[in-house]
Amino acid sequence: MTKKMKIELREEYCVGCGLCEVYCRVAHSQSRDIIKTFKKERWTVEPRVSLVIEKPLSFPLQCQHCEDAPCVKACITGAMYKNELELTLCDEDKCVGCFTCIMECPFGAIKIKENNPSLPLKCDFCFEADEPFCVLHCPNGALTLKEKIIKNVDESLNDSIAQVKTEEVDTDE
Amino acid sequence: MRRVKEKYREGNVRIPSGCAVSGIMNRQGKVFSGKEIIKSISLMRDRSNGLGGGFAAYGIYPQYKDHYAFHMLYERESCRAKTEKFFKDNFLVEKAELLPVSKVPSIKEPPSVWRYFLLPREDKYEELQLSQPGFIVRKVMEINSSIKGAYVASSGKDMGAFKGVGFPEDIGEFYNLEDYKGYLWTAHGRFPTNSPGWWGGAHPFTLLNWSVVHNGEISSYGTNLRYLEEFGYECTLQTDTEAAAYLFDLLIRRHKLPMEIACRVLAAPFWEEIDRLPEGPRKFFKNMRIIYGKALLNGPFSIILGCNEAMVAINDRIKLRPLVAAEKGAMLYVSSEEAAIIEVCSNPDKIWVPRGGEPVIGRIEEVEEKWVSAC
Amino acid sequence: MGFSMLAPEFIIERNRDRCIDCRVCEKQCSMEAHYYDPDEEKVYSREEKCINCHRCISLCPTRALCIKENPQEFKRNANWSRNSIREIQKQAQTGGILLSGMGNPKPFPIYWDNILLNASQVTNPSIDPLREPMELKTFLGRKPKKLELNQDGSLKTEVPPQLELSMPVMFTAMSFGSISLNASTALAMAAKETDICYNTGEGGLHESLYSYGNWTIIQVASGRFGVYQDYLEAGSGIEIKIGQGAKPGIGGHLPGEKVGEEVASTRMIPKGTDALSPAPHHDIYSIEDLRQLIYALKESTRYKKPVSVKIAAVHNVAAIASGIARAGADIITIDGIRGGTGAAPTRIRDSVGIPVEFALAAVDERLKEEGIRNQVSVVAAGSIRNSGDIVKAVALGADAVYIGTAALVAMGCHLCRKCYTGKCNWGIATQDPWLTKRLNPEIAAERLSNLIIGWDHEFKEMMGGMGINAIESLKGNRHMLRGIGLTNRELEVLGIKLAGE
Repeated sequence: MTKKMKIELREEYCVGCGLCEVYCRVAHSQSRDIIKTFKKERWTVEPRVSLVIEKPLSFPLQCQHCEDAPCVKACITGAMYKNELELTLCDEDKCVGCFTCIMECPFGAIKIKENNPSLPLKCDFCFEADEPFCVLHCPNGALTLKEKIIKNVDESLNDSIAQVKTEEVDTDE
Repeated sequence: MRRVKEKYREGNVRIPSGCAVSGIMNRQGKVFSGKEIIKSISLMRDRSNGLGGGFAAYGIYPQYKDHYAFHMLYERESCRAKTEKFFKDNFLVEKAELLPVSKVPSIKEPPSVWRYFLLPREDKYEELQLSQPGFIVRKVMEINSSIKGAYVASSGKDMGAFKGVGFPEDIGEFYNLEDYKGYLWTAHGRFPTNSPGWWGGAHPFTLLNWSVVHNGEISSYGTNLRYLEEFGYECTLQTDTEAAAYLFDLLIRRHKLPMEIACRVLAAPFWEEIDRLPEGPRKFFKNMRIIYGKALLNGPFSIILGCNEAMVAINDRIKLRPLVAAEKGAMLYVSSEEAAIIEVCSNPDKIWVPRGGEPVIGRIEEVEEKWVSAC
Repeated sequence: MGFSMLAPEFIIERNRDRCIDCRVCEKQCSMEAHYYDPDEEKVYSREEKCINCHRCISLCPTRALCIKENPQEFKRNANWSRNSIREIQKQAQTGGILLSGMGNPKPFPIYWDNILLNASQVTNPSIDPLREPMELKTFLGRKPKKLELNQDGSLKTEVPPQLELSMPVMFTAMSFGSISLNASTALAMAAKETDICYNTGEGGLHESLYSYGNWTIIQVASGRFGVYQDYLEAGSGIEIKIGQGAKPGIGGHLPGEKVGEEVASTRMIPKGTDALSPAPHHDIYSIEDLRQLIYALKESTRYKKPVSVKIAAVHNVAAIASGIARAGADIITIDGIRGGTGAAPTRIRDSVGIPVEFALAAVDERLKEEGIRNQVSVVAAGSIRNSGDIVKAVALGADAVYIGTAALVAMGCHLCRKCYTGKCNWGIATQDPWLTKRLNPEIAAERLSNLIIGWDHEFKEMMGGMGINAIESLKGNRHMLRGIGLTNRELEVLGIKLAGE
């Protein structure tokens, strides 16, 4: 992946199917096969996106890879970092399991790994793939890829105009 | 001519054909012999197969200029008797005679051909509240549809159609056309796919003073037919040429459109061309196509239309049939092939190939001012 | 009584080797036919609720589901079919009118499939749409009998307003109320994209769709829902709905459950009330009344919009159409017995009306005989399924066709025919906001546009094959049609010859 991309959510099109959660597991499994993942790796692979439903509202909750990430700022060991494509990633070797990041995240997008309770679990853009599985398999266009613009946390929260002006380009996946 | 079963006679079935057409006109109205047109059409012998040929000539009856000259084809004597009674009931018969014909070995079992010079009876057409031309059209259709074995080959003033089943040069010889003199001649050689069975289907097709010779097949025939039926025309022959002739009559005589516009209706410009025109002409052609959509002729054609004042030659929009035109002084030539023109005019002033949809119009000189261009 | 005689119509087969219990099917089914047992940690099904809409099948990531007709058989009986027995059981249980969604499913002949097209060869070349212009542009509206010119050669004749379509297809009337706002929006967007028109149906026009006015035909039906001055001005054409093919003789029916906030305000009725359109327009009891309404609408819009009248195809449709043409209508729409609907009484849908093929042929013939065919436009509707049907319809005499069911299928409908429940799993025939989210108007509009574009190409291929390069020359061109597997009388009424002739 060469461009800075971000996942854009359009809540009005989320049908609450949960395929994002299903495929997030597959993306992070050993077998990468959906049946094997669920039959054999059910307890070892967890989804990093959570489907939130309160009818008629529904949407997938996941890490927004904020430009001005509070989790990165708060991390006491520097395990949480931004890579060159501005994705927020966790270096598990450095993590000490303090969970400050979980408390800091304004979206509640970071969870505790159930099968390894000292590590945080969050979206990693499918190991920096070109197209994350949740976007690829969303059946109704609720999750799409957009070229990233510079936004900080407040803007991500409020969805208002960026303080730093950049052109927004819509790219279809 | 082979005997053809009744159900396969043209008129009961539709017979597509390929052909040759040719037309010669003197725009000053000076008459000339039929020899030239016969020469021109016979060069294109390979385009026919001997199952049809015909000529239309204008200016051949100067002494009966104001009478309607009916050329009749009769299969049996009884048909003639019936028709002549019909004529007496509806017309004043100035003269009735056999058309002078020659024996030609390749023309077998010709029908008997007669000519009549008629005037419509005033009490008859007033009773029906028709104009004279309307009355003639009505009566011609009646004869063709109700008197079996009798066929009106032409019914215009100071003109005549000479046609039959055979190569055009043989037909020309049969009718002694070299002895006639006219200022406008058109000719046709036919290559029908089936034996037509009788002489009515040959070209030219005439209606009043219109004569049409046609090379091609009109794919829009079914649509044109239904459109014409709405205006009272009955297409009895199931030929495309009949439909084309009726369309000209409708547009020019009844709707009074100028000749150029009528030609544009039949071979309309494409929408992409219309969109590129300036506003006035664009609106005009758009509305013309909206109103006269069903009069559009689709499918390959070269048509030569003749009338007392003019000769018009036109191709379909994408020029799927050949047509070449040439001028020398007052003479105008149109034909399916350049060679057929060169045969009778070895050194024309100008020779060109008209574009698809662009008409070639030759008018008698003093008539020029009456025609108005529309855009 | 604590039991129902109705056995489930469908059975759900779940392949346990493939099922991963991901619960997607359970989350998506609006009929609650799937449920999750937390103790067993497995998904199970309640087959009696399944309506075979294919939502779960389409979304199941491992293709673990298959829905089949319940093979539970009654004793073989050629007279009392399973459907006949079930219908009586339902009515005995409820005492109500049987309701159905979508068009007539009975197996009488589809005449489109018995009509064959011509192609040109040898005597007449076919035309290649890849290399030559092929014109499908269609104008609907009243046409003057002839062109008249002024002295200077300019145009004297005033041509009345026309609807201009890029090809002879439009999206038929489907009211906002019977379908969701997202579905209506998708139709409007696709109509604009492909430069054709869509019809609002009798539910009025939602304010968010006014910007698509140039591609909209607004409908004035017997209930006059949503009709006011701005509405009349909003579209590029107006249609008076006298009847529809799925239920000739009765009016529209929208149950109160489907009348939410938006529907109520667009229709100008109170929320939650049943929207029942009366059977006739109560101000049109005869042909002269229709004339009055047509001209009232023309006056209100200052003669700037063509007025269409939509009728169901019934026995004397030819005479009715002729009357409508003389009453001043610019366009006549004929809807055949196969036409779709959101809700109609089953008996009326299945028994009332005639197929559009015959109605079209009869109307075209009668108007021609009367000498008025060229002055009005005729639009055919009632199960146009593909571009072949459109070509045949035009050759039989239609100026254009309306598509309804085909458009819905393009958007995602799987013809489960439960539209009247308001629980459409595809987000089309529902007002439930949880369900309407499922229809993304952008995706749906693209699918509709794709359908129209695909048909446009096919139409041009067939037309070029016949040696025709402008659609005007195909209209009513019955010489291009031949019948097969039809009786002599059927051929006669359709006005076409037998294949081989």
